[in-house]
Amino acid sequence: MGKWVKSGSPWIWMTGGAVSISLIAVLGLLLLIAWRGLSYFWPADIYQWEMEDNQGVKSTLIGEIYDREDVPTERLISAGHTFKEHPGEFVTRYLVKTGNREFVGLDFRWILATDIVSREKPADIAMFERTKNGNFYGYPVAVIENGERLPLKGGQIETALEDHIDRAVGIGEQALQLQKSEIGSVNYALERLRLKERGYELDGKLTPELKADLDAQAEQLNLDYLVMEKDLFALRDEAARDSVIIRDMRGEEVILRLDSVLDVSYVNRMNSFDKVVHWFVGLGRFVSHDPREANTEGGVFPAIFGTVFMVMLMAVIVTPFGVVAAIYLHEYAKKGPITKMIRIAVINLAGVPSIVYGVFGLGFFVYMLGGSLDQLFYPEALPSPTFGSPGVIWSALTLAILTLPVVIVSTEEGLSRIPSAVRQGSLALGATKFETLWRIIIPMASPAIMTGLILAVARAAGEVAPLMLVGVVKLAPTLPIDMNFPFVHLERKFMHLGFHIYDVGFQSPNVEAARPLVYATSFLLVSVIVTLNLTAISVRNHLREKFRSLEH
Amino acid sequence: MISIDQSAIKSEVVDLANLPAQDTALEIRNLDLRYGDKQALFDVSMKIPKNQVTAFIGPSGCGKSTLLRCINRMNDLVETCHIDGEILLHGQNIYDKQVDVAALRRNVGMVFQRPNPFPKSIYENVVYGLRLQGVSNRRELDEAAERSLRGAAIWDEVKDRLHDNAFGLSGGQQQRLVIARAIAIEPEVLLLDEPTSALDPISTLTIEELITELKSKYTVVIVTHNMQQAARVSDQTAFMYMGELIEYADTNTIFTTPQKRKTEDYITGRYG
Repeated sequence: MGKWVKSGSPWIWMTGGAVSISLIAVLGLLLLIAWRGLSYFWPADIYQWEMEDNQGVKSTLIGEIYDREDVPTERLISAGHTFKEHPGEFVTRYLVKTGNREFVGLDFRWILATDIVSREKPADIAMFERTKNGNFYGYPVAVIENGERLPLKGGQIETALEDHIDRAVGIGEQALQLQKSEIGSVNYALERLRLKERGYELDGKLTPELKADLDAQAEQLNLDYLVMEKDLFALRDEAARDSVIIRDMRGEEVILRLDSVLDVSYVNRMNSFDKVVHWFVGLGRFVSHDPREANTEGGVFPAIFGTVFMVMLMAVIVTPFGVVAAIYLHEYAKKGPITKMIRIAVINLAGVPSIVYGVFGLGFFVYMLGGSLDQLFYPEALPSPTFGSPGVIWSALTLAILTLPVVIVSTEEGLSRIPSAVRQGSLALGATKFETLWRIIIPMASPAIMTGLILAVARAAGEVAPLMLVGVVKLAPTLPIDMNFPFVHLERKFMHLGFHIYDVGFQSPNVEAARPLVYATSFLLVSVIVTLNLTAISVRNHLREKFRSLEH
Repeated sequence: MISIDQSAIKSEVVDLANLPAQDTALEIRNLDLRYGDKQALFDVSMKIPKNQVTAFIGPSGCGKSTLLRCINRMNDLVETCHIDGEILLHGQNIYDKQVDVAALRRNVGMVFQRPNPFPKSIYENVVYGLRLQGVSNRRELDEAAERSLRGAAIWDEVKDRLHDNAFGLSGGQQQRLVIARAIAIEPEVLLLDEPTSALDPISTLTIEELITELKSKYTVVIVTHNMQQAARVSDQTAFMYMGELIEYADTNTIFTTPQKRKTEDYITGRYG
């Protein structure tokens, strides 16, 4: 035994074990998130249950099984539930997503296995994905075109339904496009005109001619707007032309307007290939669409865009600052107690809780800096703030300060790893210190700078708390980049995947519907961070290869 | 006494004490150097003749590298370094306040103990100094690169891969590349700080041959540990010990009839 301890094997086992545990924890976490998140898009079978409760009341239920659990019978009995015969120690109960929110009140329902009389998977059940009120499950009965019921039977109904849905979706997209781009531009131009006029007024330069000119422009825009609005309403009416009659689980026939339907699928009839296609389509929609229904439905595209944009903006800000600071500290500052103290202070900055940066960002950047900018450059918009309210630029700046120490520390490490022989070689050829830095030292330190950037990006992409104070919102109507001059709107608020997780998971009115979205969004956030990092790492490896003299 | 190939010893003997100004490349006058409290050079005075090879020899820590680094002010990089005395180049003290250090170093090139190419292509290494001076004409750069690489006797080995990374070269080739880089900006004086100590014997031989060729165009000052090397390549030899210049004379004299006891002891291998 003593010999075994001396041989060092226990140490190998201990250290190896620690590594394995960490690996298993990380991989387990990733697998859990990926599985729960990605299985959300897998089409679940739709069941129809015939139920009879202990009072003998019969009912029919259509829906997907979301969850199941075994409950102790005693607990149910003490909660007031009665059983005709004792069902044993545990009763299974299912969480069923019934959809049809506007008709049944609750679209999620727990059912007890003891109440189930029969269960089947009818092939004809259709699942309608809608823009409002979540999914709808039922049997399509007939298609109404322009107020008239089409005389169709059996399979014809389904084909006609699909065609009509495709048409409505196409028109709906046109309408959305019109509303977002053209009408959005007109509104934006009108707002700019108003600000221009107000600006002239404040400067005392608003002559009657100028005002007339501006008014004429505004008038023209208003006319354009009216034309477009007419088009928009026409498109909307067109999209709402058709509807479908569906028999729901209560046995009633319900009319559903097709302008609210996104897609119809007959899940129980799908084979594995169809399901895979459906899965990819669902995933594609999730990453490319805007959110709906208080973020519990639809996609997260604005959040992905916001996260990536903000992180890149932060990287653009933090890199030059950090590198310049590190160069000063390492190359120019006199070695002494003050430099040492500054260095310690910089390192300790990394330990300040991020919410403190958020408060600082709000007070300093948003209110002081942004407020002053508004006073100086945007007085015409006051009292409504332009830069004086939280926005993506302030978020990027706040996170840049947060990640500055990381960049400084790793850049300094990189600088100190460069052999002094190379430095002297350059100086001996008549280069000044600056030329040496610019031509030799900084390129050679670039892999280390990239390392700092990687760490900074990883940290910044995961931060949520400070962003809640300086720019993130639950739902941003516009992206920070669009087709309206000046195309990049740094003052706008933005959506962020991290905040989206918090919002969907904990601020949502529909907890059950939101839960899988939390996993899916988490997985997406992890993927975004991993992608950003892998990109940076490949750049760094390329640089390392280029400057590999450092290895010896 | 070690055997010396007589043919390697140069015949022309210059009178170092009364060297005329037009034959003097550098004059060092009463140079004292301290690193903090520790004095490294004591009252060194010497004249280095033009277009000749002058070698500094002596045991480790004797100050020969320090003296060499004074000539192009590389010691400025050491914060605690303090220098008294003068080094005259064209009659001007290089330690004067108004001297532009970068311009001085363009005139006094230096090659270090270990090859230190930049992480760039062979071509970019050679033209680095010219680019610093703002030369961007492609033909001018190409010509300078070829001339310097030929001057450093490495052209034939690298002419087909000028744009490959310089780290692909062997140690000896890297050292010749570094010499090419130094002569590309056509300095007057070339300082070599133990240029062969990190190289194998064959590369050493190539470099030594190169040094003898270089002196036709440049004044070469070389620091070496290796006495045979000093005997083979240099015209003048200075022996240093504990920061003092003990003896300075033409190489032949130093190695055959040294005037000082310490020199003789060192040359005969009694210490060092």
